[in-house]
Amino acid sequence: MSAPVLEARSATVDFTTRGGAVARALDGVDVSVGRGEVLALVGESGSGKTTLARTLVGLQRLTAGEVLFEGRPLDYSARGLRTLRRHVQMVLQDAAGSLNPRQTVYESVAEGIRLHKRVAADEQGRTEVDLVAAALAEAGLRPPERLFLRYPHELSGGQKQRVLIAGALALRPQILLADEPVSSLDASIRGEILALLLELREENGVGIVVVTHDLGLAWNIADRIAVMYLGRVVEFGSTEEVLESPRHPYTQALLSVVPEISHLEPIVLRGEIPDPTRIPGGCRFHPRCPKLADGSAAAAGVEHRCLNDGLAVLPADGEHRVACHLDAVLTGAAEQGRGEVSA
Amino acid sequence: MTTPPAELLEVRDLRVSYLTSEGRLPAVRGVDLVVRAGEVVGVAGESGCGKSTLASTVLRLQPKDAQVEGEVLVAGADVLTMRWGDLRALRWDQVSIVFQGALHSLNPVHRVGDQIGEPIRLHEPSLRAAEVSERVRELLEQVGLPRARDRAYPHQLSGGQRQRVMIAMALACRPRLIVADEPTTALDVMVQAQILALLSDLVRDLGVGLVIISHDLSVLADVCDRVAVMYAGRIVETGTSQEVFSDPRHPYAAALSSAFPRIGDPAARYAPSGLPGDPPDPRDLPAGCSFAPRCPLALDACRVAEPPLLDLGNGRRAACIRLGAS
Repeated sequence: MSAPVLEARSATVDFTTRGGAVARALDGVDVSVGRGEVLALVGESGSGKTTLARTLVGLQRLTAGEVLFEGRPLDYSARGLRTLRRHVQMVLQDAAGSLNPRQTVYESVAEGIRLHKRVAADEQGRTEVDLVAAALAEAGLRPPERLFLRYPHELSGGQKQRVLIAGALALRPQILLADEPVSSLDASIRGEILALLLELREENGVGIVVVTHDLGLAWNIADRIAVMYLGRVVEFGSTEEVLESPRHPYTQALLSVVPEISHLEPIVLRGEIPDPTRIPGGCRFHPRCPKLADGSAAAAGVEHRCLNDGLAVLPADGEHRVACHLDAVLTGAAEQGRGEVSA
Repeated sequence: MTTPPAELLEVRDLRVSYLTSEGRLPAVRGVDLVVRAGEVVGVAGESGCGKSTLASTVLRLQPKDAQVEGEVLVAGADVLTMRWGDLRALRWDQVSIVFQGALHSLNPVHRVGDQIGEPIRLHEPSLRAAEVSERVRELLEQVGLPRARDRAYPHQLSGGQRQRVMIAMALACRPRLIVADEPTTALDVMVQAQILALLSDLVRDLGVGLVIISHDLSVLADVCDRVAVMYAGRIVETGTSQEVFSDPRHPYAAALSSAFPRIGDPAARYAPSGLPGDPPDPRDLPAGCSFAPRCPLALDACRVAEPPLLDLGNGRRAACIRLGAS
């Protein structure tokens, strides 16, 4: 694990709903990403993965906890955020909706370059046109000049996604956050975009946080995975650890319903993620937990804890960590786990 | 006649083209497809391959500017040429469609129960209101929603619940064939698994035929008996879903199959599999095989003539010149 460039510590975000109820979208999350590292945040809708990504780029203020860039807490002033965004860029979900339909490809990519005065800062003395062309070429749009005057509606889905990535790359960020970068793309384009993300990591050492519900994508490109459920990270570890020997019942269920894994008996969870204004007590996953339902938790003597005792926030220390009472007993780490709660 | 035709749907040499200001745009170029009772057939392909156009012709829902040739037989009767009155009777009653995007297909200002009941009231005007609402509540139960949800408005339901409402609506008049266009595309993995399980159960319990259209071959491999892979308006490979997914014979089917990696496969680690290039512009199709410009295995001969769909035995067919040589 390289030294973290961008880091969230006990990140907590509350939203007040119109009725006055407080929805806790993030409930204490520790994650970090370093240079040249690919971290995947996975989970269902409502798990808090997009909120976490937004807090990491300073688009969303925290209710509690902090976000650190190069070891310093984020400066939320307009100037502070502008500086941050030169180094941390986000590619939003839905490429089609993120591009201004009345702006040409050139204008879309040049906007960030002008805002951040990248022409004056360029050591090689390149012009704006050079920088736009270089960013488009890096994003795999070659020859770039051919696309300068195109409008979004003239582009394919894959091309739009590449233009967005080019806009982010033009600033030479250290960290790129990509929210569902391929979910709206056709299968044959998907691999191309993922290969591009890996190339950026290899060639420019960009650290990448990818938000996705697609475990196959994580297997394709991620070094580490944080599985999120209802505002918490419930399992964290290397991609191999999390996907080949998942320990949290939620991760196991998610993995079992990936269509191509035919050797696993699918564990189809009932219902959907609960309303974040009413986070269940005890383990937040217990109302849907198949291990609680089938009596495994009772057999191991942890049923009472599942229903009543909350779990500690998992530290982002690079170890394979699981927030589950049953797992704690099964792996014999119960004592250690309790120690962390009181710490 | 000893037995009635077992085919619920038989599409024969279907050709559809759209008339645009820039000329004729062929969307479907000679497709054959058969669906029998109790069978789930998948149609896979990327945007623009003609799969949604194919679905729309099954109920003659294609846009007015579409030119259609060929035959679409539902229980032996040609949908494309039948009288308007017969077509109306066939819609919902024999064949229903679950459209892409449940969010946009439901009317936001009507209760979902009223929307599910609408086709029932139209097709069985003799039913009393109480009977219709009882049927609606039964349908909700059948798709795994509480009976009382008939009072809900679409915005009060989650994406998965709305998709269940769409399926309840498709079942409303007890059709024999259901066409589902991207039924799980906008849904989460877990909800997708729930909806796919629901569809499989319905086929098993009701003995209906089901056509699922999707860009995700892995989803189809999971629930379909047979799949057809489409590219640029033609079927390029068809066979049992397991065979096509695990041992594809056409290079395009192979690319689709490997686009979604098998988790745990070391070969896919840090090696996402993609296919360079974009599908061809239908106004300007390449000579010969339309996949040749993107095909990693293309030969010179591929650019001469479009390969026919070759019979490889056991219901397996693929349109690739390399398969004919052996």
